[in-house]
Amino acid sequence: MDNIINNARVVNPSTHYNFAYLDEHSKRTIRRGLLKAVAIPGYQVPFAGREMPMPYGWGTGGVQLTASILGTDDVLKVIDQGSDDTTNAVSIRRFFERTAAVKTTTATDQATVIQTRHRIPEQPLKNNQILIFQVPIPDPLRFIEPSETEAQKMHALEEYGVMHVKLYEDIAHYGHIATTYAYPALVNERYVMDPSPIPKFDNPKLHMSEALLLFGAGREKRLYAVPPYTKVKSLDFEDHPFEVQQWEEDCALCGSGESFLDEVIIDDDGTRMFVCSDSHYCAQRVESQENTQVNTQKDIRINTQVKNVPSKKQEIA
Amino acid sequence: MKLPIVATQPVLTVNGVQKLYAINRGCQDVNFSLYPGEVLGIVGESGSGKSTLLHCLSGQTPPDSGDITYHSHAGEAHNIYTINEAKRRLLMRSEFGIVKQHPRDGLRMRVSAGANIGERLMAVGDRHYSHIRQVATDWLEQVEIDAERVDHLPSEFSGGMQQRLQIARVLATHPRLVLMDEPTGGLDVSVQAKILDLIRALVSELNLSVIMVTHDLAVARLLCHRLLVMQKSRVVESGLTDQILDDPQHPYTQLLVSSVLTP
Repeated sequence: MDNIINNARVVNPSTHYNFAYLDEHSKRTIRRGLLKAVAIPGYQVPFAGREMPMPYGWGTGGVQLTASILGTDDVLKVIDQGSDDTTNAVSIRRFFERTAAVKTTTATDQATVIQTRHRIPEQPLKNNQILIFQVPIPDPLRFIEPSETEAQKMHALEEYGVMHVKLYEDIAHYGHIATTYAYPALVNERYVMDPSPIPKFDNPKLHMSEALLLFGAGREKRLYAVPPYTKVKSLDFEDHPFEVQQWEEDCALCGSGESFLDEVIIDDDGTRMFVCSDSHYCAQRVESQENTQVNTQKDIRINTQVKNVPSKKQEIA
Repeated sequence: MKLPIVATQPVLTVNGVQKLYAINRGCQDVNFSLYPGEVLGIVGESGSGKSTLLHCLSGQTPPDSGDITYHSHAGEAHNIYTINEAKRRLLMRSEFGIVKQHPRDGLRMRVSAGANIGERLMAVGDRHYSHIRQVATDWLEQVEIDAERVDHLPSEFSGGMQQRLQIARVLATHPRLVLMDEPTGGLDVSVQAKILDLIRALVSELNLSVIMVTHDLAVARLLCHRLLVMQKSRVVESGLTDQILDDPQHPYTQLLVSSVLTP
């Protein structure tokens, strides 16, 4: 299970569409927007969003950004909640195989462009890679300030005090900051950004990232960016500093104690296991362990009657 | 009523302010100065321009003409409509306080009482949770709300409590100038009395300057040192509260005073 994952099914590139589906002019307007976004880290740039052959909420923003920056020699990876083989990831990957005939991969280190929904890969990204996020609601002020005009003014004037109201409420009710995803962060000491619904576990990876991070919201028609080596600070209180999630368990498949874990219900009795959400990271670790020694974790896994587990786990088993 | 010691430097100077929506609709030819510790009442019937004037003073409606100048503690004069917007908004959330008639307009109903008070602190840069919380509970006690209720939503409070919470929220950052639009409108008399008491105590304790719009002359008599009487967009009479209420000169003021019901 590595970079030639898709050789099982040959996808015939379509000749009916322009390269990467969108017409060149649309792609160019989006690239111009991206240039502005990179120049003003964290600032939400409006763009002329196009209709895509998928519903809003399925990653139309990310797909448009990917389409705009994709070149013939790019290698594309698409993940959804960290996994390469969930419906959304598979569909989008196929979409670009058909419309752009680009090489695709599941290997994080081999991809030049990675489109993601809700995760940042565990393996640190390099400066020749671009990570594209699918964003549902780009404005972190949306839930606090219903007026769009007022929210834009607040961004312009750096009036971010209200962002802490939500965090205050968390501490008052739960004793700690209970916001676990879409955790707001200050980019380059200027704009507060919604990093899309990634778990706050991934927020530290935004800081001084080597890879270029691009964010696209299709329904809202906004894009924004965090250029490489940019400061990204998650909001917090002086006496309640930012913290990431931790698990008591290690991954049931690869034994990792450092990755973001998904809780998976494996039978009707509610038996559960914790596994890495990043499928490639997990598979890679399992593979290297199998190569070196008999994997005790694997024995446990085989003994478990696995039912209703997402395909990636079955595939590994 | 005891008058405050008159400081030489006013907090606010209003010079020839005019904002008209139609002929004699809005406010025009308004001139006055407000000094530290002073409570100025604006009275008049509905539609006389009181609220328009208050909107002009609170930075929400730019007047057609005239100047509104705020004198900061350091002695700098800021014309609130010629300074840039960032500065004006900072001024509004630090040195000005605005108490709305309906607490719903001035509070965030979906966050706790503590967060409501804390919001202004966070807006001016406080990032220490325990400190914010301490200030919030202190203020709840000041406005006679049980500190235990710091995590309750304002929607669980009675109307009078909501209004007191709004006052606490506004005063938490120690503004120098507070603008109030009918703060006791719509409340029953015993609750009204409590809030008026509270405002009066806080005004003298914190040496606040207050501009209060009201159509209730009893409220004006209790709280205000000075009154402006407005009719059809103009100030028809101004002076010390007792003087105006006991010896009204303008026919409209006479009518107003004689219309008060006495039980």
